[in-house]
Amino acid sequence: MPDTSRKAARYINPYLGGALLGVVLFLSFYITGNGLGASAAVTRVQVGILSVFDHAHVDRIAYMSDLGGGDRKPLVDPSVYMLLGTLLGGLISGLATHRVKVETRRGPNVSVAARWALAFAGGAVMMYGARMARGCTSGQALSGGAVLSVGSFAFMFAIFASAYLLALPLKRLWN
Amino acid sequence: MAPFNLAPLAGSLGYFLIFLLLGVAFGVVLELSGFGDSRRLSAQFYLRDMTVLKVMFTGIAVAAVLIHLAAAFQLLDMSKVWINPTYMVPSIVGGLIMGVGFIVGGFCPGTSLVAAATLKLDGVMFVIGGLFGALVFGETVHLYDGWWHSTFMGRFTVQDWLGIPAGVAVLGVVAMAAGAFLLGELAEKRFGGSLTAEQTDPARVTSFSVGRPSLVGRRGWLMVGSVMTLALVVVAKGQPTVADRWHWIQPKADSLVTGRAIYVDPGEVVALRKDLTISVHILEVRNEADYNLFHLAGSRRISLEQSQDPKLIRELQALPDNAILLLVGNGESTATEAWKRLKAQGVLNLYVVEGGINHWLEAYPPNPAVAQRDGAASGGTAGDALAYRFFDAVGEHSPSSHPDIEREEPQPEMGGGVSAVVASTQGPWFDGSNAAMRLFKKKVKLQKKVAAKGGCG
Repeated sequence: MPDTSRKAARYINPYLGGALLGVVLFLSFYITGNGLGASAAVTRVQVGILSVFDHAHVDRIAYMSDLGGGDRKPLVDPSVYMLLGTLLGGLISGLATHRVKVETRRGPNVSVAARWALAFAGGAVMMYGARMARGCTSGQALSGGAVLSVGSFAFMFAIFASAYLLALPLKRLWN
Repeated sequence: MAPFNLAPLAGSLGYFLIFLLLGVAFGVVLELSGFGDSRRLSAQFYLRDMTVLKVMFTGIAVAAVLIHLAAAFQLLDMSKVWINPTYMVPSIVGGLIMGVGFIVGGFCPGTSLVAAATLKLDGVMFVIGGLFGALVFGETVHLYDGWWHSTFMGRFTVQDWLGIPAGVAVLGVVAMAAGAFLLGELAEKRFGGSLTAEQTDPARVTSFSVGRPSLVGRRGWLMVGSVMTLALVVVAKGQPTVADRWHWIQPKADSLVTGRAIYVDPGEVVALRKDLTISVHILEVRNEADYNLFHLAGSRRISLEQSQDPKLIRELQALPDNAILLLVGNGESTATEAWKRLKAQGVLNLYVVEGGINHWLEAYPPNPAVAQRDGAASGGTAGDALAYRFFDAVGEHSPSSHPDIEREEPQPEMGGGVSAVVASTQGPWFDGSNAAMRLFKKKVKLQKKVAAKGGCG
């Protein structure tokens, strides 16, 4: 039964949202010399989970060993603190705007189970690409774009190009 | 001056809170903008709702203007700001793959965190999928490790690429964003509001397609105009010059020079070159004629003017963490001047070889048949003329060029067809076997690069 007594607040104007995002991004660069990010932290969490089950395996793979090999603690890292903050910030804002609700957002022609499967698959593909590109939409496109890195702009156009190309064939997912 | 060196704080509560609070602000902004809703994100690709484009491009434009404004007013040292290094082909291919994930999954990694935090189950599934994707990448990257590190261009910005001032590049980004907004608004006008199927289903109704406020119009252009004005201020003010940068560090740097902390004894240079964990790069700030007569093995010649060339700076900054840079002149003065300029531009692990080549040749004297100390030249270590007269240009083909390569005993000289070993009489010059152990005061301290590895990278 959806809670209809409290109506979710409207989203803020996108240009205002963007301007706020720009200020937060600037503060991040100004204070820490570094931008915002998410995917590096997700990788660290993944390595952290894996090393609980099979630490020796983490040691054997150079890429993971750099993050969590030996006595390195993959979760003791600024990017992970930022990930915690992002979750917390999303929760705080969601509570304030009455948008915290157990639900599945999906296109009109997609069942809940299918949406979950697609979200899982999309997440896996997205993170694979993000590691290959050394950053995600936040860490590479947004942060790199703000400091005018050429590779970040090329990366950003690549994401949009491929998503727009696939949008029509996958029309049924969202319409 | 910002950015602040947070490394000493590592492990403290304050350090944790700084990053946590930045994350909180990031999460709040994403949530407020509606990035926790996969339908709103995917609507971008059906041109119905261009929120993603508007928020992202406004964010980039505003941040770019503020960052370069702070830099122009000398509040922020750009040389200490992490700029994502460019690996061109892997980042384009990675981006193409991410586009697939975006349209299939409906999120990007940052937004999925916000969706999960507000208990959207599709967001939770996306995050779990992301963990799986990261695992698969870790397991497979070794299959194409070479390619993954290919097309490396280092710290490569738009202004480096186009050879324009940073302010103009910022202005270009703002103009590009404004153009994208115009196209976005036109697209929304044409394709927006077509969510009839959704609007009839109360369980899925959202507010974003109904009565969406639009800033295009007077307020919109007012905002674009003010950001544009700030960008023009960045252009007019210009980024700090090398001379400005020198003023920032002058008090500290001058005391390093007068305290002779930057001058490295030839003996230490030799020790460093023998150290396999250190990568020694020698830059000789000498004229071409002198360089051809004699130089240190593996060195590279630069002119003093080149020490302000952004291309060289980029190259030096892209060197790995274990690189030590040594500047060599005939004497010390030119090399010290180059040290000041490079130091001002944020080049790390930079030292000057004490006394330059003149002192080097005293430490590892050349065979008198090759070169002799020129009594007439008032070179010495202070001046910057070569104090040795070379009878031939030996380049680096002299034992004095590479005293780190030791030989058990002097190489016999081979006379035409005669295989008899001619015992060479050991002269008072350095021939690879008779290096006296030089005592030196260790000066070089390997410094880690300040900007930590990027947030996402």
